[in-house]
Amino acid sequence: MAAKPPEIPNIAEIMGKIKSGEIFGQIVKKVTESQIWTSSFRHGYADTPRNRVLQIASNVWLHLHPVKIHRHALRIKFTWCMGGITFLLFLSTVVTGVILMFYYRPVGEYAYFDMKYLQYDVPFGMLMRNMHRWAAHAMVITVWLHMFRVFLTGSYKPPREFNWVIGVFLVTFTLLLSFTGYLLPWDQLAMWAVTVGTNMARATPFLGHEGPFQEFVFGVSPRYDVRSALIGGSVVGPPALLRFYVLHCILIPLVAGALMIVHFWRIRKDGGISGPL
Amino acid sequence: MADTSAPRKKIEVKVEKVHVWPYLVRIEFLCAIIVIILLTVWSITIDAPLEEAANPTKTPNPSKAPWYFLGLQDILVYFDPWFAGVVAPVFIIVGLILIPYLDVNPKGNGYYTYVERKFAIWIYSFGFLVLWISLIIMGVFLRGPGWNLFMPWQFWDPHKVVALVNVDLPYAFGVRSYNMAMLFGGAVVLGYFAVGTGVYIFMERKAIKNVGILRMLIKVNLALIMFAIVIKIVLRLGFNIKYIWVTPWFNI
Repeated sequence: MAAKPPEIPNIAEIMGKIKSGEIFGQIVKKVTESQIWTSSFRHGYADTPRNRVLQIASNVWLHLHPVKIHRHALRIKFTWCMGGITFLLFLSTVVTGVILMFYYRPVGEYAYFDMKYLQYDVPFGMLMRNMHRWAAHAMVITVWLHMFRVFLTGSYKPPREFNWVIGVFLVTFTLLLSFTGYLLPWDQLAMWAVTVGTNMARATPFLGHEGPFQEFVFGVSPRYDVRSALIGGSVVGPPALLRFYVLHCILIPLVAGALMIVHFWRIRKDGGISGPL
Repeated sequence: MADTSAPRKKIEVKVEKVHVWPYLVRIEFLCAIIVIILLTVWSITIDAPLEEAANPTKTPNPSKAPWYFLGLQDILVYFDPWFAGVVAPVFIIVGLILIPYLDVNPKGNGYYTYVERKFAIWIYSFGFLVLWISLIIMGVFLRGPGWNLFMPWQFWDPHKVVALVNVDLPYAFGVRSYNMAMLFGGAVVLGYFAVGTGVYIFMERKAIKNVGILRMLIKVNLALIMFAIVIKIVLRLGFNIKYIWVTPWFNI
């Protein structure tokens, strides 16, 4: 009896099956129909309009979105993605910032050495610090670009005037967040940059001890004016460090967070992302 | 069945709405991944600066504010701190807030257009790109010791000699008496705003009815303040003018 010659697989046929997705479909079928899979997952995701709506509407994280948007709102050319990126970078600074807070004490004697400890002894400490700082700097740039985009598309026009106003406050708070954080490393760069910045408050009209018309306000002196209220003294010292820490980690994030909630809410209440009507 | 599905499709085409899941969520997801990867790579490769410990007895030269404030620090060359550090930022914030209430042009709402709102785009781009961004770039890269201007190829010489040849505007016009100089400077500054406002209101007199006189007054004066900063920079760099208006309380 002549042995049956072994079947030579038809390469072209197999390639065709791979290209058409038939093999992939077979693998998916095998996996999803296996006992392990079917016992783990009760049902699959059926891509129906109802499910698409529910994915957004019944998810606490996604329900910030409307369930449907205009097609043009998907275009990167239109939005530059800058508002979303700014929010993402804010979240990155929150996560990394909380980790940094475990190791950092805002005290004149400790702050700088805690930075050194973070950089050299804490596992991934340097990476956390880098991510926090670069995300903060990037956030300043992306929030400016977001504002520029909103201006160029005229998206501040009715009915979105008030959301633009909130946006201006958010830009200001972004800068203040970055500025208050700038002092915390407590190195030469930090101390003198904040000295230069807060020195401007000396010259506040009426309320700064070197400002115009301060002579008409009773009690304004280097120790008692808007600048000393900000830095807790007449120079940038340990009280300034503590104040900036509290402002940076608690007050400004809370206020900015509250404004962000209103900002995102107003996008939807004002008719969704702007577009040609 | 066919009857119900046909019109539904038509409506979708008409308003051009798409489901957020998956069309928007997938873009956001992709965008977030790309940003996080870029941030991580950037953070692995470049370390955040940490200089020596803070020392109040050792002032670095130059002392620079954080980079995003260097535009304001740079106009300190041309203005006193009460203006550059306090009043100018307040005007910037207030001016930005007022934009939607001052710009009553109904066109260009929600799409890119240059031709329908040339003036608005020019003003904003000038303020943002020229006065804000380019001054920041100058402050970061070109300002050295003593806040003197250095080209990128020049050595940052802390002993650079810069002649102090600036004079006040009234002096340049031959006014020597202190009181006369104060009157002269005041006339120039107030005259600038009065003439600027008057010319604008006259040119746009047909718009008063629609736009409103208060809105026009605020709009033109904010614009005049912005242009005044540019004029002062030109006067200082080109004509060595220090102050335009000197008073016992403030100098402009």
